[in-house]
Amino acid sequence: MAALLEASGIKAFYGQTQALHDVSFSLAPGGITTLLGANGAGKTTTLRSICGMVRTEGSIKLDGRPITGKATEDIIRLGVGHVPEGRGTFTNLSVGENLRVAAYTRKDKAATERDLAMVFEYFPILKARMTQQAGTLSGGEQQMLAISRALMLSPRLMLLDEPSFGLAPLIVQEIFRIMRRINSEAKVSMLLVEQNAALALELADHAYVLETGRVVMSGKSADVKNNEAIRKSYLGY
Amino acid sequence: MEQLVQQVASGLANGAIYACLALALVMIFVSTDHINFAQGELAMFSAYLVWQALDWGLNFWVALPVVALLSFLIGVSIERVILRPLHHAPVLSVVVVFIGLLAIFHSLAGAIWGHTIKAIPSPFPHFTFVGSGYIGPHQIGMILVTVALLVALFAFFRFTPLGLAMRAAAQNPASARLAGIRVDWMLALGWGLAAAIGAVAGSLVAPAVYLEPNMMASILLYGFAGALVGGISSPGGAVAGGFIVGVLENLIAYLGNLFEKSTGVYVIGNGEKLTVALIIVITVLTLKPSGLFGQVSVKRV
Repeated sequence: MAALLEASGIKAFYGQTQALHDVSFSLAPGGITTLLGANGAGKTTTLRSICGMVRTEGSIKLDGRPITGKATEDIIRLGVGHVPEGRGTFTNLSVGENLRVAAYTRKDKAATERDLAMVFEYFPILKARMTQQAGTLSGGEQQMLAISRALMLSPRLMLLDEPSFGLAPLIVQEIFRIMRRINSEAKVSMLLVEQNAALALELADHAYVLETGRVVMSGKSADVKNNEAIRKSYLGY
Repeated sequence: MEQLVQQVASGLANGAIYACLALALVMIFVSTDHINFAQGELAMFSAYLVWQALDWGLNFWVALPVVALLSFLIGVSIERVILRPLHHAPVLSVVVVFIGLLAIFHSLAGAIWGHTIKAIPSPFPHFTFVGSGYIGPHQIGMILVTVALLVALFAFFRFTPLGLAMRAAAQNPASARLAGIRVDWMLALGWGLAAAIGAVAGSLVAPAVYLEPNMMASILLYGFAGALVGGISSPGGAVAGGFIVGVLENLIAYLGNLFEKSTGVYVIGNGEKLTVALIIVITVLTLKPSGLFGQVSVKRV
């Protein structure tokens, strides 16, 4: 099966500082892949380089078409939903406006309405909060809103940057449960970055482990989970 | 009493102009976080374009939309060509560019049309009515146009997807890009809208104060005061602030005159109107920096 996203030998730079040295991976359509690693390993940077948010060299292909060097908004328009670090809420807009902004690029009104209904089915709390200023939502609700905004783009691929960050364990469980549903029901492939390796390996079917800007190992989630050496040296549990 | 009513009425009329200009300032502020010091000169330049169109024999109401569109394009081009390379520059560099633009448009208008005073006739029909003694048709027209402009902008930002996208891009550019919004174009659009609003302001001011390259200098200060009083982040607040400043400066001068008449001591009068505006600016910035109607955003940390 052809890869949905294929990255080979990508390097990324913040000014003079090189954050990624040699990162290669490929995502199968329909799957969930996770990027693991310690702080500063380059997980967030990898997501940002896919979306053209950081200066990137090397080759990234979406459906076989190169996307390196394209503007962020053009990559997004190809069907990539990015749930950013820090959730990226439009704090002064209402929850409803946050969702409508996310669907700004879409012309298919009927399908957009269907997706909105789908979002409310996944996260009923957002429907109750429609007219509320989004900045007043709790952290968990803002994370749900961030995932929903990405969903409103009707993406084929969703990049998730630490959706568990700063949330209570119960909320995290709830969000991960819904992410699995989104993956299987809405047929959205996912690339998940997580600090919480145990949680991520539970959800994902493939895993890549990064260390200081390089992929140091990869494999099926089950294999990574059961490899004690990897667990101890890279995942810290 | 009659004089008081008259002062309030003419204050409202002046306020309409300040409100228009304040609206233009807010437009650029909310989309780019900058105060455009060249806004007044751009409006003056647009007023000259209207004068030119009238001179060629066009009707005012044909000329105004054409000039507003032209000004829109000028605004968009300024953002795309001059400011785009400065997106990551420190704010002072941008301020210097604004001052440069101010000088350029000022001199350009003088070079093309000369420095002698020109007149634009009022586009509003002359008629008499009950309150004619207090306020003229042009003043009423200015107030109506300003309010109509505000309503149109409100509807644009509140109810259209493009307006929503502009608000989103202003507030969180990174997230807006992740929603597929072309943020750079939204900034340019903000500039275009501001220039078009300025064109309306300029061509409504011109019949009231005569057309010359310096005509907007003090009006820009009043507009700035209006925007600050109402809240620099709120279009509705800016319009309200413009009217408040217009009425307040007249009332204070009026009270000053009364005081002088009864006591013989001169404290404040017509000559200090600009001072009043500046005092208002300082008072607001000290006591309520977000303005009367400005949004104090709630944030969970």
